[in-house]
Amino acid sequence: MSQSRKATIGWLVVFIFGAVGLAWNAFSQPRGFGMRYVTDSTTTYYEVKVSPPIGSIPKKPKDGEGAVAPKDRLVWVSSDSPDLEKSNVTRTSAEPISVTRTSSVPPIAAWAAAENGGKGPTGATYRFSVADTIGVWIAAFFTLAIFSFLWGDNPVYKFAESVVIGVSAAYWMVVAFWSTLVPKLAVPIAPIAMQWAVPGVDEERKVSVVLAVIPAILGVMLLFRLSSKLGWVSSWPLAFVVGTTAAIRLIAHVQADFLAQISNSMVPFVVSTNGRFDWGASLGNVVLVTGLLSVIVYFFFSLEHKGAVGKVARFGVWFLMIAFGAAFAFTVMGRITLLSERLEFLFNDWLWLIDPKGDHTVTTIVSNAAGLLATVF
Amino acid sequence: MLAFLEKLDRRWVFLLMGLAVAIPILFPLPFEYKPSALARSVFDEIDRLPDGSRVLFSFDYDPATSGELSPMARAMLYHCGKKKHKLYVMALFGPGKTLGSEAIQEILLKYAGDDYTYGEDYVELGYQTGNEGVIKVAVTDLPQMFPTDVRGTPLSKIPVLEGVENFQAMDLLVAVSAGDPGSKQWIQYFISAYPKTRMVTGTTGVQSVSLYPYIPNQLAGMLGAIKGAAEYETIVNAKYPGPDGKPVPELTEAQRRMGPQLTAHLLMVSLIVVGNVVYLMGRRKAHQSGGGR
Amino acid sequence: MKSTVPTLIATIVGVVLIVAFFVPATQSWSETAVDWFNILAGVAFILGGGNLIKVQLETISSRRPGWGYALVILVSFAIMLTVGLLKIGVPPAEQYPNHPWSGEYDAPASAFGWIFENVYNPLTSTMFALLAFYVASAAFRAFRAKNIEAMLLLGTAFIVLLGNTAIARLTDGIPDSLSFLRLDQVVANTMSYITTGAFRAITIGIAIGVAATALRVLLGIDRPYLGRT
Repeated sequence: MSQSRKATIGWLVVFIFGAVGLAWNAFSQPRGFGMRYVTDSTTTYYEVKVSPPIGSIPKKPKDGEGAVAPKDRLVWVSSDSPDLEKSNVTRTSAEPISVTRTSSVPPIAAWAAAENGGKGPTGATYRFSVADTIGVWIAAFFTLAIFSFLWGDNPVYKFAESVVIGVSAAYWMVVAFWSTLVPKLAVPIAPIAMQWAVPGVDEERKVSVVLAVIPAILGVMLLFRLSSKLGWVSSWPLAFVVGTTAAIRLIAHVQADFLAQISNSMVPFVVSTNGRFDWGASLGNVVLVTGLLSVIVYFFFSLEHKGAVGKVARFGVWFLMIAFGAAFAFTVMGRITLLSERLEFLFNDWLWLIDPKGDHTVTTIVSNAAGLLATVF
Repeated sequence: MLAFLEKLDRRWVFLLMGLAVAIPILFPLPFEYKPSALARSVFDEIDRLPDGSRVLFSFDYDPATSGELSPMARAMLYHCGKKKHKLYVMALFGPGKTLGSEAIQEILLKYAGDDYTYGEDYVELGYQTGNEGVIKVAVTDLPQMFPTDVRGTPLSKIPVLEGVENFQAMDLLVAVSAGDPGSKQWIQYFISAYPKTRMVTGTTGVQSVSLYPYIPNQLAGMLGAIKGAAEYETIVNAKYPGPDGKPVPELTEAQRRMGPQLTAHLLMVSLIVVGNVVYLMGRRKAHQSGGGR
Repeated sequence: MKSTVPTLIATIVGVVLIVAFFVPATQSWSETAVDWFNILAGVAFILGGGNLIKVQLETISSRRPGWGYALVILVSFAIMLTVGLLKIGVPPAEQYPNHPWSGEYDAPASAFGWIFENVYNPLTSTMFALLAFYVASAAFRAFRAKNIEAMLLLGTAFIVLLGNTAIARLTDGIPDSLSFLRLDQVVANTMSYITTGAFRAITIGIAIGVAATALRVLLGIDRPYLGRT
């Protein structure tokens, strides 16, 4: 058997053994760990006709093409809506629609409800969620799978890495499709035909179909990038994108990062606070401006860094090093926070070793360790 | 010993880092954190606005940085809620839309739910592709950029957006930012062009350093990394404690994370020191034996 | 034709946007153009997905090493895409219960929301958390105080690392008149004056660079959009 084959099997055994042991440990206890609970709330909706209130004033649309008299509107309201009581609202003959929405609840609330016949404080039903519980365990699996890379490259890590590539690409496609392409590309071209997805259309805002079709054409041309023969077609929309980016960046950088930075640096060298000389702030401003100028001198690569210029540039490098030291420290700080968030997920959401928010029980470390040992042997 | 350290398997360093972070999570180290001037100025910007002011709240981050940014986003959202500010929530990162909705459910509606009705007191504009292009359009024409809110209602039919034609109508921008697009783009495409709206931000450690040049003229205040979040939690909990008069449990996350931060920073400093000592001793040894690389 | 038209497009749209910045009456041109740009950014994600499928299918069909992982990529891509586009498990929007497709694609109890929460979220955040380990290893192996520049860098890093933790409280005893010596104040002043000065110079430098690059693009000297076709 090859070395990599052995490693593959070794890692699989570690993961499967560990998972089975922990799962047994969690589910053999009545309130084990890594459990999720949810509540289902069902709302009934009625279709109603809303007549304009008596004496309502015709509303002028924004482009001022003459006033439009208010009309009857058909809308759906929930059965507990106070609008149903209003005099200008009448129910239509349409069948009511019931919609069930599920949301998660803290385990401690679900256990309290269980003592009360599964009913929460507002009478909603609380229940154990198989899907969400499996979700926590899968999330823990993927977390450990990525961490396994610290030991060395291995198939479990590679599997997790492949999943993240596939899922991310699809994630962004779905987000772009539903958040931008449907409402901003499809709806302006065919508002009525797209009502299944975006029912509400702004009658006050008319979008010219011609202006709506151009980005659609450019978008289709962009997709030609995938073709090896007709790839050049995509250079038109790409040129549009590059031209737009160049222009808006040009303006923004000159305004915010060049002119504004120069004006931000026009600071007084003598600062007085409450009528007294503030030597701290004064010195600070001197340091700031000296540092700024010396770093800029260092950036003048067209000047040879010799003599006085060389000395100032050297001083500029020291300033840069101090700034990079601070940047490095802040970067380290950020990375450590991300690690502690992941470990907190494992210890809090999954293993229930800690309970900072007070929403579940704490599995005692001793009994857990005993369970782990029992699993191993 | 020297030979061992010179050839140390890096997995030992990994183990040390893992323990340095894990142990203080299991056995917390509670410390108080003095708010810095920058954290204080973020608080003051949100607090000095009259109740019910218009605040644009942008969730410009994703799960990869939510460990750092979610605590400060939640603390600032809670603070806005206690001030009854009208909230216009959006995202320049796709996942920011989802993370923002979660924060609204878990913080805003839980602790200030009586003051917040969707459409009347807050609206979720969601995410649009285009990065800085989104800001560029919305600063002059909001409905062109966001034809509907996340629930599919045209903006003209949402009461809280009455009189809001673009972002210039906002009193304050709160951007919680992981990088690009984020705080920098907000400053470049919005605040620098329309300085009437003030801006505060919460950012990752990595990004915070590059935002200092904008303080205080373009950026009124900044929470940098988890320390900024911990300081903000301290200030907010002191002025707006939870219903039982104690700190809000959800707003202790960053303070909790400062425990692992302490041990891990000490470890980092020790690793650099030990690494240098090993290097110097190794060099001296090489010199003595006449090798001298 | 293949290079003239794109160059014209880039130049014309760029000039229109710059004119629109200075002439308020033409502001709507800029809005329309940037809005198209935003829509194209959305199409780019579709292109990205298409490219991923293309590359992975090539790997699988030629049975290149690791083609099994290409299959994992494709399957996870297909699952996420299907549940997302079909809005599986998404309840309709509050005010449109009669339109089953009107709900938000990322509703918490939907299949897409479930994968986001339990797969996308832990995977991407743990990938970044790994960096904490590598930065520790790099600190041990690579950061050598060889010269004055390196000493300044490491010295500042030490002060900022320690000053940003509870250790800074050990210096609270320093009297108020010398408060600038307290560790947290040292960090605050380093950031507000030295780091700000240096990064402001970098910001100005980048701004000049961006402006120069943008002008080269708008004048048709650089034509990155032609690239590889």
